[in-house]
Amino acid sequence: MTTSDETAPIPHALGDVVITMRQVNKWYGSFHVLRDIDLSVRRGERIVICGPSGSGKSTLIRCLNQLEAHQSGDITVDGVALVPGLAGIESVRREIGMVFQRFNLFPHLTALENCTLAPMKVRGLSRAEAEAAARTYLERVHIPEQAGKYPVQLSGGQQQRVAIARSLCMNPKIMLFDEPTSALDPEMVNEVLDVMIELALSGMTMLVVTHEMGFARRVADRVVFMDQGEIVEQAPPAAFFGEPRNERTQRFLGQILPAGRSGATAG
Amino acid sequence: MRVLGESDVLFILAAVRWTLLLSVIAFLGGAIGGLFVALARTGEITPLRYVAMGYIKIFQGTPLLMQLFLAFFVPGIFGFNVDPWGAAALGLSLHASAFLGEIWRGSIETVPRGQWEAATSLGFRYWAKMALVIVPQAVRIAVAPTIGFLVQLIKGTSLASIIGFVELTRAGQIINNATFRPFTIFGLVALVYFVICWPLSAYSRRIERKLAVAGR
Repeated sequence: MTTSDETAPIPHALGDVVITMRQVNKWYGSFHVLRDIDLSVRRGERIVICGPSGSGKSTLIRCLNQLEAHQSGDITVDGVALVPGLAGIESVRREIGMVFQRFNLFPHLTALENCTLAPMKVRGLSRAEAEAAARTYLERVHIPEQAGKYPVQLSGGQQQRVAIARSLCMNPKIMLFDEPTSALDPEMVNEVLDVMIELALSGMTMLVVTHEMGFARRVADRVVFMDQGEIVEQAPPAAFFGEPRNERTQRFLGQILPAGRSGATAG
Repeated sequence: MRVLGESDVLFILAAVRWTLLLSVIAFLGGAIGGLFVALARTGEITPLRYVAMGYIKIFQGTPLLMQLFLAFFVPGIFGFNVDPWGAAALGLSLHASAFLGEIWRGSIETVPRGQWEAATSLGFRYWAKMALVIVPQAVRIAVAPTIGFLVQLIKGTSLASIIGFVELTRAGQIINNATFRPFTIFGLVALVYFVICWPLSAYSRRIERKLAVAGR
């Protein structure tokens, strides 16, 4: 079990609004992947986004650092309005960490070098500063001893933790997670989720696309359910799992949660 | 007709330096041009992408000999006089640009999309992303086919003999015209090409094998 059912969500204070999406739409050709998305996220808030595959949840978070451009509507991140082709988008991106399903570590660099590359070349830190920070974060994700290894020498869970450390080394204000545990062998899921829970405890603003409902119950301030490009329902975890209002949400939860235990931790 | 002598053999062997020099120049020119072609071809500027694609198609779809003829004769039409040296260097460089560009485009595209996305999300700009993340991975893939093409290029310099550039092959022809010992002379010429090219091929094969093992 990743997180126990009995544990109540971690209480914490929220700050001002840091992300706003208003009437955001996006198409892939004729496929309408995001429909009139309205979402606002406050500093320190932890949002879990779930929904069937193809519902647009990954696309939504990829719009926040403009890995994907949206076609209409407004997105504001940390006071900057994101428009397609925005000059200086890099300065927005470096404040937003992103963790991918397939880790995407740089295979030609060691774990430590993966963590120091961007701080040195993007932020302009000295090697000594960058390495000190990298070691601190590798410690925080519990693999300081793997610093000198190349990604290919690490397990999936270890790679994903290095990827988290790599993002944290940029000192981001927001962390995006795009199905961070779906490519992992089952026995490695927990080590990654544990790191994410610790990160949540530290007050990081997090948007997490995941089907780990135990994680959602324990950590999320709000669970957002998407289907066919729309936000169908959003609610605090207790309400979301306890009394989902929308029929599509109920059907989705019925499929992913163990039978007869709607509201329990997903297996 | 005279007898094939020691000086004739030396003349042929000495011409190897022109073959090598022409190869080096064409390869360097091709590397610079190829880099532009590969970047244009993989970049996000649509018109540049099409120009690069057209360039590759034209040079891959026409014989090297025609390219050398054009490099030799076309500048003259515009009032520039090129000697065989300049024409051969220009023609082979343009030729190599297209082929190296295509090889390197392929290598760049072999680097998974996730690598671009990770680098982008960390705030890298295009050139930093290319230099620090994409190229170091693409180079490993590119080394073997690049050396393979270099071998083609070295052999391709023999065509420069037709526009009057005296390199290894042309030197062989000149001596043969005087002594008429084609088997010996062209056998020697072929042997010299082999001695240059074979180690390169072997090296490229070794790298390829090493990569195959590392990729497992």
